[in-house]
Amino acid sequence: MTAFIIRRLLVSVVLLFFISVISFFIITLTPGSPYPWGELNPKVSEEVKRVFREKFHLDRPLHEQYAFIMRDLFTGDLRSIKDERPVLQKIGERLPATLVLNLGALALSLSFGLLLGIYGAKHAGRPPDVITSIIAFIFIALPGFWVSYLVAIALVDWAAVPILGTHTIGVAFTDGAQVFLDRWWHVMMPASILAIGGIAVQSRFVRASMIETLREDYIRTARAKGLDENAVFYRHALRNSIRPLITGIGMLLPALISGAVIIENIFAYPGMGRLGYEAVLERDYPTLVALNFVTAALVLLGNLVADLLYAVVDPRVRLE
Amino acid sequence: MITTAPEPIEAAPATPGGRVWRRFRANKIGMVAMAMVIVLAVVAITFFILDRLGIPFPMDPDATNLERKLLPPNAVNWLGTDNLGRDVLSRLLNGAYISLTVGFVAVFVSLFIGVVVGAVAGYIGKWVDNLIMRAVDALMCFPTFFLILTAVALLGPSIFNIIFVIGLVSWTGTARLVRAEFLTLRESSYVQAARALGQRGWKIIFRHILPNAAAPILVTAVLGVPEAILAEAGLSFLGFGVQPPQATWGNIIADGKTYILDAWWLILFPGLAILLAALSFYLTGDALRQAVETRSERQ
Amino acid sequence: MSKPLLQVRDLCIDFVLEDRTIEAVKGASFELGAGETLAIVGESGSGKSVTALALTRLLPVPPAEIKRGEILFDGQNVLTMDASQLRKLRGGRIAYIFQEPSTSLNPVYTVHSQIAEAVRLHRPDVTDVDAEVVRWLDAVGIVDAAKRMHDYPHQLSGGMQQRVMIAMALACQPDILVADEPTTALDVTIQAQIMELLASLKERFGMAVILITHNFGIVSGFASRVLVMYRGKIVEQGTTAEVLRAPKHPYTRALIDCIPQLGSTEKRLKTIDHAELDAA
Repeated sequence: MTAFIIRRLLVSVVLLFFISVISFFIITLTPGSPYPWGELNPKVSEEVKRVFREKFHLDRPLHEQYAFIMRDLFTGDLRSIKDERPVLQKIGERLPATLVLNLGALALSLSFGLLLGIYGAKHAGRPPDVITSIIAFIFIALPGFWVSYLVAIALVDWAAVPILGTHTIGVAFTDGAQVFLDRWWHVMMPASILAIGGIAVQSRFVRASMIETLREDYIRTARAKGLDENAVFYRHALRNSIRPLITGIGMLLPALISGAVIIENIFAYPGMGRLGYEAVLERDYPTLVALNFVTAALVLLGNLVADLLYAVVDPRVRLE
Repeated sequence: MITTAPEPIEAAPATPGGRVWRRFRANKIGMVAMAMVIVLAVVAITFFILDRLGIPFPMDPDATNLERKLLPPNAVNWLGTDNLGRDVLSRLLNGAYISLTVGFVAVFVSLFIGVVVGAVAGYIGKWVDNLIMRAVDALMCFPTFFLILTAVALLGPSIFNIIFVIGLVSWTGTARLVRAEFLTLRESSYVQAARALGQRGWKIIFRHILPNAAAPILVTAVLGVPEAILAEAGLSFLGFGVQPPQATWGNIIADGKTYILDAWWLILFPGLAILLAALSFYLTGDALRQAVETRSERQ
Repeated sequence: MSKPLLQVRDLCIDFVLEDRTIEAVKGASFELGAGETLAIVGESGSGKSVTALALTRLLPVPPAEIKRGEILFDGQNVLTMDASQLRKLRGGRIAYIFQEPSTSLNPVYTVHSQIAEAVRLHRPDVTDVDAEVVRWLDAVGIVDAAKRMHDYPHQLSGGMQQRVMIAMALACQPDILVADEPTTALDVTIQAQIMELLASLKERFGMAVILITHNFGIVSGFASRVLVMYRGKIVEQGTTAEVLRAPKHPYTRALIDCIPQLGSTEKRLKTIDHAELDAA
């Protein structure tokens, strides 16, 4: 088991390096960069290009540029163009809110996805399954921002419910429980909408995995032993079918963080997605590089956790 | 698992493609979805041509009419008008080709890159494969939409850039798939036989390996279109899609943002269009996946 | 002969697929007495496994359809049993071992837990389940059973996995053990070991055995009676000695001819010409 962990950690370090390289390439898109892409923007004056050339050492060879950026990022010298504050610091401020939102959405996706998937597999081919499948398909095809708006209209217009930010502004709750509930609501609202696609996708995977597992030989053995259908389904099949849930972590995290960009914007939620959108509007290159890097690194961490979970769930992985 | 009984003598379609098509045909939802896709494509092409020819139908999508601004659906404007008095229905039809073009071409780009990368990794193997796969794993860690948004914002939002960036970011799934096919088939008996007979690498790749991989690649491609459509819509919504005055489904909703409480039709109809397009492609792709999988499952 | 333990009469089973219907078993009839050993021989597709699985209704019922017939176990018709009676029958009175032991055991549970599950289900009177599990693993020849029972299936060799399957089947003390191609997926040397094990267990515990195989070679010396199936029909029945000595049906003859003979000077192995047989 420890050998497994060490191997995974080493691979993760390599991946982190690749992630940093890919993030770095955003700098090559700046005006003034010698690479074709940045030059195509005619709106940018020579003066601006010169400033960028200096700031990002664009006259040095690629690998030196990369080294500079990475050094600056980690020493706090990589500063936002907007307010000159160290980029990592700005990201750090938004991190807790982002984690709560995305992990909440992840938890919702995995749990409801599991339940819906099991339900679909149990009634495979029959009306309950067909209906849940159709609903799942629609959820997958829904544009997140569209749903957010419709929900926002409904809540604000008809129910007069506050939805923006992390807590209701202008109302001072005295009771600790009320404060908690208020915050809970403000996170759950966007998290639920974020999770819609995730729930649907996970339910499809779980359902497919269950149906496939039920075709395995050891299920036939379980029935031949005289076990009733519930024991066969929940004790023998289920445990072998939750792999997609764990794979889902690696798949969902990037999608959720992506979706959060728009959703945080709509709900004025102060997370990294909102920071990202503002950075894009202002063409704040340092922040953009750092954000892409940090979010990808977080996903990498999530994948690592997922791999450890595989080992817990499947003894074959454990003893490799 | 269970021993099969003897196969009766009966004519089955000769080609694997034929079998897949037959199974697809039996899937009613898939057929309806595919019909929808064809309808959408026809609509998009038709209105694109009409636009280029300067024929406004039902109305000129760019014609502003401030006296008729923000009208709910009525006899003249079936889907209402926006804040500049433009007919929503016309704008919707006019903008259809953006979504579909981006969807198709971006997928094409990602397919191309994915197949090449996957083939190289799978065929050569060893450290090249390892290196490429680590890069793929790293790329898959990035929240795609945010990366797309970053790149498009910095490069400038032209339809070419959008297609290129979406394609550049979405090829990883295809690459993994193609690589897996190559790895398994590389060691298969008939490839080894072909090699023993002296067939050159390229021939082996194109005659033997790719045809087998074609079906799952096609499935991935069709399933990739809704993602591209949704990405384009998201970009347009944030203002980084194809720029005004060209209508896109996303920017109609974006324009409607400010009037959200008064003009629900600006939000609802374009959203439904996006949903319909994405859903049609997705259902088609899913039905295709079932038709393809049944074949390999039965073997 | 006293009342037979198992009576199968005119069993007809179809498989309804998306584009056609396959008649897997066409009117099979046979009997099995307590403690008897019966071999069902035939090639792939002859319907032998389908027949065996039908005995406890283990066939998946959407594609499979039992059109008509009776399966009487101890006087009761299996085909009309309700769910709870069926569950008592499966494992408790008729137990199975399958062809692929590596995929027939659940990979995420230990050997111990899978056997214990069976014991608890059919023999609730057993108080020390762990000891019982060890006893049966010993009986099938697994060395260091108390330690090995905490292993996972993939940690065992093919031969050991099959022994575990046998232990799991016999731990419930069934009246009939159905062995569906138990040695086909194993090495030739292990095949002989498993067949010997089955023979000695049969001696020791006295259960009836139905051996399904395509290999006539392992039949003699093990089974007292033989049933030959071809394309869903039983084409020959009798004691092993009779059938081997004087096979009546051309297919039986062909099957027997296929067994390679030690000391023969034949250069080529015999094969079976189906076209010829179908015409017969």
